[in-house]
Amino acid sequence: MLYLRLFYEFFKTGLFAVGGGMATLPFLYDMADSTGWFTYGQLADMVAVSESTPGPIGVNMATYVGFTAGGIPGAVVATLGLVTPSVIIILLIARVLKSFRQNQYVDAAFYGLRPCSVGLIAAAGVLVLKLALFNTELFQASGVLTDLFNFKAIILAVVLLICTRYVNKLKSLHPIVFIAASALIGVLFAF
Amino acid sequence: MKKFLDLFLAFARVGVMTFGGGYAMIPILEREIVDKHGWATSEELMDYYAVGQCTPGVIAVNTATFIGQKLYGTLGGIVATLGVVFPSVLIISVIAGILTNFADIPAVQHAFAGIRVCVCVLIFNAVTKLWKKAVTDKASLVLCLLVFVLSVFLDLSPVLFVVLCAAAGIFFTKVGLRGK
Repeated sequence: MLYLRLFYEFFKTGLFAVGGGMATLPFLYDMADSTGWFTYGQLADMVAVSESTPGPIGVNMATYVGFTAGGIPGAVVATLGLVTPSVIIILLIARVLKSFRQNQYVDAAFYGLRPCSVGLIAAAGVLVLKLALFNTELFQASGVLTDLFNFKAIILAVVLLICTRYVNKLKSLHPIVFIAASALIGVLFAF
Repeated sequence: MKKFLDLFLAFARVGVMTFGGGYAMIPILEREIVDKHGWATSEELMDYYAVGQCTPGVIAVNTATFIGQKLYGTLGGIVATLGVVFPSVLIISVIAGILTNFADIPAVQHAFAGIRVCVCVLIFNAVTKLWKKAVTDKASLVLCLLVFVLSVFLDLSPVLFVVLCAAAGIFFTKVGLRGK
Protein backbone atom coordinates (compact mmCIF):
# COMPACT_ATOMS: atom_id res chain seq x y z
CA MET A 1 0.00 0.00 0.00
CA LEU A 2 2.87 2.35 0.91
CA TYR A 3 4.62 1.54 -2.33
CA LEU A 4 1.48 2.19 -4.36
CA ARG A 5 1.09 5.58 -2.67
CA LEU A 6 4.79 6.37 -3.26
CA PHE A 7 4.44 5.52 -6.94
CA TYR A 8 1.29 7.63 -7.26
CA GLU A 9 2.77 10.67 -5.46
CA PHE A 10 5.91 10.63 -7.60
CA PHE A 11 3.99 9.93 -10.80
CA LYS A 12 2.05 13.12 -10.05
CA THR A 13 5.30 15.02 -9.39
CA GLY A 14 6.85 13.77 -12.63
CA LEU A 15 3.73 14.71 -14.57
CA PHE A 16 3.32 18.26 -13.28
CA ALA A 17 6.86 19.44 -12.42
CA VAL A 18 7.95 21.45 -15.47
CA GLY A 19 11.44 22.93 -15.77
CA GLY A 20 13.90 20.44 -14.34
CA GLY A 21 15.03 19.17 -10.93
CA MET A 22 14.26 22.15 -8.69
CA ALA A 23 10.71 22.23 -10.07
CA THR A 24 10.02 19.03 -8.10
CA LEU A 25 10.65 20.89 -4.82
CA PRO A 26 7.18 22.47 -4.38
CA PHE A 27 5.63 19.02 -4.96
CA LEU A 28 7.87 17.49 -2.29
CA TYR A 29 6.80 20.14 0.25
CA ASP A 30 3.21 19.38 -0.62
CA MET A 31 4.01 15.68 -0.13
CA ALA A 32 5.54 16.35 3.32
CA ASP A 33 2.26 18.00 4.34
CA SER A 34 -0.08 15.39 2.94
CA THR A 35 1.79 12.17 3.80
CA GLY A 36 3.97 12.92 6.85
CA TRP A 37 6.76 10.76 5.41
CA PHE A 38 9.37 13.42 6.20
CA THR A 39 9.68 16.91 7.73
CA TYR A 40 10.54 20.24 6.06
CA GLY A 41 13.93 20.05 7.80
CA GLN A 42 14.69 16.61 6.36
CA LEU A 43 13.66 17.86 2.93
CA ALA A 44 16.18 20.73 3.10
CA ASP A 45 18.89 18.18 3.97
CA MET A 46 17.81 16.04 1.01
CA VAL A 47 18.21 19.01 -1.33
CA ALA A 48 21.78 19.47 -0.07
CA VAL A 49 22.65 15.79 -0.49
CA SER A 50 21.02 15.70 -3.95
CA GLU A 51 23.07 18.70 -5.07
CA SER A 52 26.31 17.20 -3.75
CA THR A 53 26.03 13.71 -5.23
CA PRO A 54 26.20 12.50 -8.83
CA GLY A 55 22.95 12.27 -10.78
CA PRO A 56 20.14 14.63 -11.79
CA ILE A 57 18.78 16.53 -8.76
CA GLY A 58 15.16 15.57 -9.38
CA VAL A 59 15.99 11.87 -9.53
CA ASN A 60 18.24 12.08 -6.45
CA MET A 61 15.50 13.76 -4.42
CA ALA A 62 12.92 11.16 -5.47
CA THR A 63 15.28 8.35 -4.48
CA TYR A 64 16.03 10.00 -1.13
CA VAL A 65 12.37 10.62 -0.27
CA GLY A 66 11.50 7.08 -1.36
CA PHE A 67 14.29 5.66 0.82
CA THR A 68 13.14 7.69 3.83
CA ALA A 69 9.55 6.51 3.40
CA GLY A 70 10.16 2.86 2.50
CA GLY A 71 13.82 1.80 2.41
CA ILE A 72 15.51 0.55 -0.76
CA PRO A 73 12.28 -0.74 -2.40
CA GLY A 74 10.78 2.69 -1.65
CA ALA A 75 13.74 4.40 -3.35
CA VAL A 76 13.26 2.27 -6.47
CA VAL A 77 9.46 2.71 -6.59
CA ALA A 78 9.63 6.50 -6.08
CA THR A 79 12.22 6.89 -8.84
CA LEU A 80 10.24 4.73 -11.26
CA GLY A 81 7.12 6.75 -10.40
CA LEU A 82 8.94 10.00 -11.18
CA VAL A 83 10.25 8.89 -14.59
CA THR A 84 7.17 7.01 -15.84
CA PRO A 85 5.22 10.10 -17.02
CA SER A 86 8.37 11.46 -18.71
CA VAL A 87 8.95 8.25 -20.61
CA ILE A 88 5.32 8.05 -21.77
CA ILE A 89 5.14 11.72 -22.80
CA ILE A 90 8.51 11.75 -24.58
CA LEU A 91 7.77 8.52 -26.44
CA LEU A 92 4.56 10.12 -27.71
CA ILE A 93 6.20 13.45 -28.59
CA ALA A 94 9.23 11.86 -30.29
CA ARG A 95 6.97 10.80 -33.15
CA VAL A 96 5.74 14.33 -33.78
CA LEU A 97 8.74 16.32 -32.53
CA LYS A 98 8.73 19.06 -35.15
CA SER A 99 5.05 19.87 -35.03
CA PHE A 100 5.10 19.75 -31.21
CA ARG A 101 7.77 22.44 -31.00
CA GLN A 102 5.97 24.65 -33.48
CA ASN A 103 2.46 24.17 -32.13
CA GLN A 104 1.11 27.57 -31.03
CA TYR A 105 -0.94 26.15 -28.15
CA VAL A 106 2.03 24.26 -26.72
CA ASP A 107 4.13 27.41 -27.02
CA ALA A 108 1.42 29.56 -25.37
CA ALA A 109 0.93 27.06 -22.51
CA PHE A 110 4.65 27.11 -21.74
CA TYR A 111 4.63 30.89 -21.82
CA GLY A 112 2.32 30.58 -18.77
CA LEU A 113 4.07 27.58 -17.21
CA ARG A 114 7.53 29.11 -16.96
CA PRO A 115 6.59 31.97 -14.59
CA CYS A 116 4.46 29.45 -12.66
CA SER A 117 7.52 27.25 -12.03
CA VAL A 118 9.54 30.24 -10.83
CA GLY A 119 6.77 31.31 -8.43
CA LEU A 120 6.40 27.78 -7.03
CA ILE A 121 10.14 27.26 -6.53
CA ALA A 122 10.44 30.67 -4.85
CA ALA A 123 7.59 29.76 -2.49
CA ALA A 124 9.37 26.50 -1.61
CA GLY A 125 12.50 28.59 -1.00
CA VAL A 126 10.59 30.65 1.58
CA LEU A 127 9.93 27.48 3.59
CA VAL A 128 13.66 26.64 3.66
CA LEU A 129 14.42 30.28 4.50
CA LYS A 130 12.12 30.23 7.55
CA LEU A 131 13.78 27.07 8.77
CA ALA A 132 17.39 28.09 8.17
CA LEU A 133 17.49 31.76 9.12
CA PHE A 134 14.73 32.25 11.71
CA ASN A 135 13.91 30.71 15.10
CA THR A 136 10.15 30.89 14.76
CA GLU A 137 9.47 28.56 17.70
CA LEU A 138 11.89 30.29 20.08
CA PHE A 139 10.33 33.67 19.19
CA GLN A 140 6.79 32.40 19.77
CA ALA A 141 7.83 31.08 23.20
CA SER A 142 9.80 34.11 24.37
CA GLY A 143 8.23 37.00 22.45
CA VAL A 144 11.65 38.71 22.29
CA LEU A 145 12.14 40.06 18.76
CA THR A 146 15.91 39.42 18.66
CA ASP A 147 15.19 35.74 19.34
CA LEU A 148 13.46 35.55 15.96
CA PHE A 149 16.65 35.98 13.94
CA ASN A 150 19.35 33.36 13.69
CA PHE A 151 22.17 35.89 13.32
CA LYS A 152 24.97 33.42 12.62
CA ALA A 153 22.93 31.89 9.80
CA ILE A 154 21.95 35.26 8.33
CA ILE A 155 25.60 36.38 8.21
CA LEU A 156 26.56 33.12 6.47
CA ALA A 157 23.69 33.56 3.99
CA VAL A 158 24.83 37.08 3.06
CA VAL A 159 28.46 35.92 2.63
CA LEU A 160 27.35 32.97 0.47
CA LEU A 161 25.08 35.19 -1.59
CA ILE A 162 27.97 37.56 -2.36
CA CYS A 163 30.40 34.70 -3.10
CA THR A 164 28.04 32.80 -5.42
CA ARG A 165 26.80 35.82 -7.35
CA TYR A 166 29.38 38.61 -7.35
CA VAL A 167 32.88 37.22 -6.73
CA ASN A 168 34.09 36.24 -10.19
CA LYS A 169 36.66 33.70 -9.01
CA LEU A 170 34.11 31.92 -6.82
CA LYS A 171 30.81 32.09 -8.65
CA SER A 172 31.79 29.55 -11.30
CA LEU A 173 32.64 26.94 -8.65
CA HIS A 174 30.40 23.90 -8.28
CA PRO A 175 27.69 24.21 -5.57
CA ILE A 176 29.26 21.25 -3.75
CA VAL A 177 32.14 23.57 -2.70
CA PHE A 178 29.74 25.98 -0.99
CA ILE A 179 27.76 23.14 0.56
CA ALA A 180 30.93 21.59 2.02
CA ALA A 181 32.14 24.98 3.30
CA SER A 182 28.74 25.63 4.92
CA ALA A 183 28.81 22.24 6.63
CA LEU A 184 32.27 23.00 8.06
CA ILE A 185 31.19 26.48 9.24
CA GLY A 186 28.06 24.93 10.77
CA VAL A 187 30.18 22.53 12.83
CA LEU A 188 32.86 25.10 13.79
CA PHE A 189 30.38 27.77 14.94
CA ALA A 190 27.79 25.31 16.35
CA PHE A 191 24.81 26.43 14.24
CA MET B 1 20.95 -7.73 -26.30
CA LYS B 2 24.42 -6.20 -26.38
CA LYS B 3 23.16 -2.97 -27.95
CA PHE B 4 20.77 -2.44 -25.02
CA LEU B 5 23.56 -3.13 -22.54
CA ASP B 6 25.74 -0.53 -24.32
CA LEU B 7 22.88 1.97 -24.20
CA PHE B 8 22.26 1.29 -20.50
CA LEU B 9 25.95 1.66 -19.60
CA ALA B 10 26.41 4.82 -21.67
CA PHE B 11 23.52 6.52 -19.86
CA ALA B 12 24.63 5.19 -16.49
CA ARG B 13 27.94 6.97 -17.15
CA VAL B 14 26.03 10.16 -18.00
CA GLY B 15 24.11 9.75 -14.72
CA VAL B 16 27.30 9.33 -12.67
CA MET B 17 29.02 12.31 -14.25
CA THR B 18 26.06 14.69 -14.04
CA PHE B 19 26.37 16.79 -10.93
CA GLY B 20 23.21 18.81 -10.39
CA GLY B 21 21.69 18.27 -13.82
CA GLY B 22 20.59 21.08 -16.13
CA TYR B 23 23.24 22.68 -18.32
CA ALA B 24 26.04 20.79 -16.54
CA MET B 25 24.83 17.74 -18.43
CA ILE B 26 25.36 19.05 -21.98
CA PRO B 27 29.15 18.59 -22.30
CA ILE B 28 28.87 15.09 -20.84
CA LEU B 29 26.10 14.14 -23.28
CA GLU B 30 28.14 15.59 -26.14
CA ARG B 31 31.11 13.43 -25.24
CA GLU B 32 29.23 10.22 -24.54
CA ILE B 33 26.46 10.36 -27.18
CA VAL B 34 27.85 12.47 -30.03
CA ASP B 35 31.64 11.95 -29.95
CA LYS B 36 32.00 8.47 -28.54
CA HIS B 37 29.01 6.60 -29.97
CA GLY B 38 27.75 8.84 -32.77
CA TRP B 39 24.16 8.13 -31.68
CA ALA B 40 22.99 11.70 -32.39
CA THR B 41 24.33 14.96 -33.80
CA SER B 42 24.95 18.05 -31.66
CA GLU B 43 21.94 19.73 -33.29
CA GLU B 44 19.64 16.81 -32.48
CA LEU B 45 20.94 16.87 -28.92
CA MET B 46 20.05 20.57 -28.56
CA ASP B 47 16.57 19.89 -29.96
CA TYR B 48 15.99 17.05 -27.50
CA TYR B 49 17.30 19.18 -24.69
CA ALA B 50 15.03 22.10 -25.62
CA VAL B 51 11.95 19.87 -25.75
CA GLY B 52 13.09 18.08 -22.58
CA GLN B 53 13.09 21.43 -20.81
CA CYS B 54 9.55 22.29 -21.78
CA THR B 55 7.93 18.93 -21.13
CA PRO B 56 7.09 17.72 -17.62
CA GLY B 57 9.71 15.81 -15.67
CA VAL B 58 13.45 15.80 -15.06
CA ILE B 59 15.36 17.16 -18.09
CA ALA B 60 18.09 14.49 -17.93
CA VAL B 61 15.46 11.73 -18.04
CA ASN B 62 13.57 13.36 -20.91
CA THR B 63 16.75 13.66 -22.98
CA ALA B 64 17.72 10.03 -22.26
CA THR B 65 14.28 8.79 -23.34
CA PHE B 66 14.52 10.79 -26.57
CA ILE B 67 17.90 9.38 -27.58
CA GLY B 68 17.04 5.80 -26.57
CA GLN B 69 13.79 5.90 -28.54
CA LYS B 70 15.51 7.36 -31.60
CA LEU B 71 17.99 4.47 -31.59
CA TYR B 72 15.97 1.39 -30.69
CA GLY B 73 12.32 2.45 -30.33
CA THR B 74 10.21 2.28 -27.17
CA LEU B 75 12.36 -0.31 -25.42
CA GLY B 76 15.44 1.80 -26.17
CA GLY B 77 13.79 4.79 -24.50
CA ILE B 78 13.03 2.76 -21.40
CA VAL B 79 16.53 1.23 -21.21
CA ALA B 80 18.26 4.64 -21.58
CA THR B 81 16.05 6.09 -18.83
CA LEU B 82 16.78 3.21 -16.46
CA GLY B 83 20.48 3.72 -17.20
CA VAL B 84 20.46 7.41 -16.32
CA VAL B 85 18.64 6.90 -12.98
CA PHE B 86 20.52 3.74 -11.92
CA PRO B 87 23.58 5.46 -10.33
CA SER B 88 21.32 7.85 -8.38
CA VAL B 89 19.31 5.04 -6.84
CA LEU B 90 22.47 3.23 -5.80
CA ILE B 91 24.45 6.21 -4.47
CA ILE B 92 21.57 7.97 -2.71
CA SER B 93 20.37 4.76 -1.04
CA VAL B 94 23.83 4.22 0.45
CA ILE B 95 24.17 7.84 1.62
CA ALA B 96 20.62 7.98 2.98
CA GLY B 97 21.23 4.73 4.85
CA ILE B 98 24.42 6.07 6.43
CA LEU B 99 22.95 9.48 7.28
CA THR B 100 19.91 7.94 8.99
CA ASN B 101 22.28 6.26 11.46
CA PHE B 102 24.33 9.40 12.15
CA ALA B 103 21.53 11.96 12.18
CA ASP B 104 21.44 12.27 16.00
CA ILE B 105 25.11 13.24 16.43
CA PRO B 106 25.33 16.98 17.32
CA ALA B 107 28.18 17.65 14.85
CA VAL B 108 26.06 16.21 12.02
CA GLN B 109 23.11 18.38 13.08
CA HIS B 110 25.31 21.50 13.15
CA ALA B 111 26.71 20.63 9.73
CA PHE B 112 23.22 20.32 8.27
CA ALA B 113 22.09 23.56 9.92
CA GLY B 114 24.96 25.23 8.05
CA ILE B 115 24.10 23.40 4.84
CA ARG B 116 20.46 24.56 5.00
CA VAL B 117 21.64 28.16 4.85
CA CYS B 118 23.56 27.26 1.69
CA VAL B 119 20.48 25.53 0.24
CA CYS B 120 18.51 28.78 0.70
CA VAL B 121 21.12 30.67 -1.30
CA LEU B 122 21.23 27.97 -4.00
CA ILE B 123 17.43 28.04 -4.39
CA PHE B 124 17.50 31.84 -4.54
CA ASN B 125 20.15 31.69 -7.29
CA ALA B 126 18.11 29.10 -9.22
CA VAL B 127 15.04 31.35 -8.98
CA THR B 128 16.85 34.45 -10.30
CA LYS B 129 18.34 32.45 -13.18
CA LEU B 130 14.95 31.00 -14.19
CA TRP B 131 13.29 34.38 -13.65
CA LYS B 132 15.30 35.92 -16.50
CA LYS B 133 13.95 33.32 -18.94
CA ALA B 134 10.40 33.15 -17.62
CA VAL B 135 9.39 36.70 -16.75
CA THR B 136 9.57 38.52 -20.06
CA ASP B 137 6.58 40.89 -19.94
CA LYS B 138 3.87 42.30 -17.65
CA ALA B 139 1.52 39.32 -17.94
CA SER B 140 4.19 36.78 -16.97
CA LEU B 141 5.31 39.04 -14.10
CA VAL B 142 1.77 39.14 -12.71
CA LEU B 143 1.41 35.38 -13.12
CA CYS B 144 4.70 34.68 -11.34
CA LEU B 145 3.97 37.00 -8.39
CA LEU B 146 0.42 35.70 -8.07
CA VAL B 147 1.61 32.07 -7.93
CA PHE B 148 4.32 32.99 -5.41
CA VAL B 149 2.02 34.90 -3.03
CA LEU B 150 -0.87 32.43 -3.24
CA SER B 151 1.35 29.42 -2.70
CA VAL B 152 3.14 31.01 0.29
CA PHE B 153 -0.09 31.96 2.05
CA LEU B 154 -2.56 29.30 0.97
CA ASP B 155 -2.20 25.56 1.30
CA LEU B 156 -2.98 24.67 -2.32
CA SER B 157 -1.58 21.86 -4.44
CA PRO B 158 1.08 22.92 -6.99
CA VAL B 159 -0.88 20.84 -9.55
CA LEU B 160 -3.65 23.45 -9.46
CA PHE B 161 -1.22 26.30 -10.24
CA VAL B 162 0.40 24.36 -13.09
CA VAL B 163 -2.92 23.60 -14.79
CA LEU B 164 -4.29 27.15 -14.35
CA CYS B 165 -1.07 28.79 -15.56
CA ALA B 166 -0.95 26.69 -18.73
CA ALA B 167 -4.52 27.86 -19.45
CA ALA B 168 -3.58 31.45 -18.55
CA GLY B 169 -0.63 31.29 -20.97
CA ILE B 170 -2.94 30.31 -23.81
CA PHE B 171 -5.51 32.94 -22.79
CA PHE B 172 -2.95 35.78 -22.57
CA THR B 173 -1.50 34.83 -25.95
CA LYS B 174 -4.95 34.71 -27.59
CA VAL B 175 -6.10 38.10 -26.27
CA GLY B 176 -2.80 39.69 -27.31
CA LEU B 177 -1.40 40.51 -23.85
CA ARG B 178 1.77 38.51 -24.47
CA GLY B 179 4.90 40.52 -25.10
CA LYS B 180 3.44 43.78 -23.71
